[in-house]
Amino acid sequence: MTIKEEEHRIVEEFSIFTDWMDKYEYLIEMGKSLPIINEGGRQESNLIKGCQSRVWLNANYKDGKIYFTADSDAIITKGIISLLIRIFSGRTPKEIIEVDLSFIKEIGLQDNLSPTRANGLASMIKQIKLYALAFAANK
Amino acid sequence: MELINKISEIRNLFPALKQKVNGKDLVYFDNGATAQKPISVIEFINKMNSGVNGNIHRAVHELSARSTELYEGARGDIQKFLNAREREEIIFTSGTTASINLVACSFCQKFLKRGDAVIVTEGEHHSNIVPWQLACERSGAELRVLPVDDNGEWRLEKLPEILDNRVKIISVAHISNVLGIVNPVKELIDIAHKKGIPVLVDGAQGVVHTSVDVQDMDCDFYAFSGHKIYGPTGIGILYGKREILDNMPPWMGGGDMVGTVTFGKTTYADLPLKFEAGTPNFIGASALGEAVRFVQTIDNEFLKNHESEIVNYLLKNLTTIKGLKIYGLALDKIPLFSFTVDGLHPTDMAMLMDKMGIALRSGLMCSEPLMSKYGVTGMLRASLAMYNTIEEAEYFIESLKRSVKLLS
Repeated sequence: MTIKEEEHRIVEEFSIFTDWMDKYEYLIEMGKSLPIINEGGRQESNLIKGCQSRVWLNANYKDGKIYFTADSDAIITKGIISLLIRIFSGRTPKEIIEVDLSFIKEIGLQDNLSPTRANGLASMIKQIKLYALAFAANK
Repeated sequence: MELINKISEIRNLFPALKQKVNGKDLVYFDNGATAQKPISVIEFINKMNSGVNGNIHRAVHELSARSTELYEGARGDIQKFLNAREREEIIFTSGTTASINLVACSFCQKFLKRGDAVIVTEGEHHSNIVPWQLACERSGAELRVLPVDDNGEWRLEKLPEILDNRVKIISVAHISNVLGIVNPVKELIDIAHKKGIPVLVDGAQGVVHTSVDVQDMDCDFYAFSGHKIYGPTGIGILYGKREILDNMPPWMGGGDMVGTVTFGKTTYADLPLKFEAGTPNFIGASALGEAVRFVQTIDNEFLKNHESEIVNYLLKNLTTIKGLKIYGLALDKIPLFSFTVDGLHPTDMAMLMDKMGIALRSGLMCSEPLMSKYGVTGMLRASLAMYNTIEEAEYFIESLKRSVKLLS
């Protein structure tokens, strides 16, 4: 499945919710089901700046693909990261660098998130792309 | 003049309260950050921009004269509002932060030397910590901290341990923006004055919720912001005793703060202009005058009762929520509650509450040392103003319970 196809699937999943509450409940559920990264993974070095809540993001490079794990102390943020991981984990650096995400807007998260939170989301995507650039350069 | 003593009447004066947010009636509980403006202040600003916009103190033409009158009139009204002895003791700044920085730069430039010390408390806002850290760095002085207890009250019994003749100034919050309790500033000032040490009081929250009388308080400086007391943003006040202000060097140089200027030597204007370099925010300053005039049209007794009713209601009901911890408990508490709920992140809660139309503050609240003391990485804060109602407080509690349930 391509990144675009995965995005499309997420948009479809969210399309059944008409109420903001259901949307957030779904995000909270996903946040809870995202495996917690172990204590060692929660380091200052992989803490993303620019989020109101703390977000840790790890990347592993294996056989030409990048695998992400992440964690946050806030559950809604974790739900959002889990979406990003679904989209980006297991992709080649090239795929990650080139993609222009559209699902955030389509599922109405952009509008529904406070500016600080939206910035946090932007920081997460930026960090994911930076990892991809770094792995691409080191190949 | 008849004083206003009905919440519905007060609410009617604030256009911003009549809006919906995320499809719900706005419940604005972030007044500790900034308050909404009454129509009189809004109209005053519009009127000045559209009719009385002439630069103050500079020209003989009519518009300049009129705006100078409004600007200086506001200074007089603020002097009376604070019960300052002289109008020259009222200096317009851009806000509390600028007022504190003014003192930390000007006063400390002259009076703070290597080996000296400054005292602040553990409960201060960053803007009453960092300016002093900078001043200490510049002069080689030391910053000392008066601790607070678990309820957030000053541990005044610890003061003698850090109060010696090396201390040149003490700077404390009248009311902490996190804890919402009225600090015993008079008591502290008494102790400090016995040693001849001046005290600056950060009144950003204090001026909104108490009647400030700077002569009775006997503080040497009092700082506050316009936008928290129903006035415009970008304007604030530094009150200072004349004898101290007179001895302080100017902070910023520019127009309006000078006597005569030559390249060899410049003399400075007298108070208050010595500290008002450049074109000030004269519309903001004049409108701040309007804001304090507005505040005085509200029945104070009524407000006090209304506030204490809401404080009691919130105290009683917040504590029924499992795992909820309030920071800052004392008899003399303003309607400002910072809290955490076990296992839940304040940002998550603030987001859900926003969806329900309730504006709260979440995070470190510019008071990281206090967050560290309590071992938390953030709190949620509900801070109310004169226009908030019991019904809103009820809806807030109900929504908070709903958020906790969703997140648990």
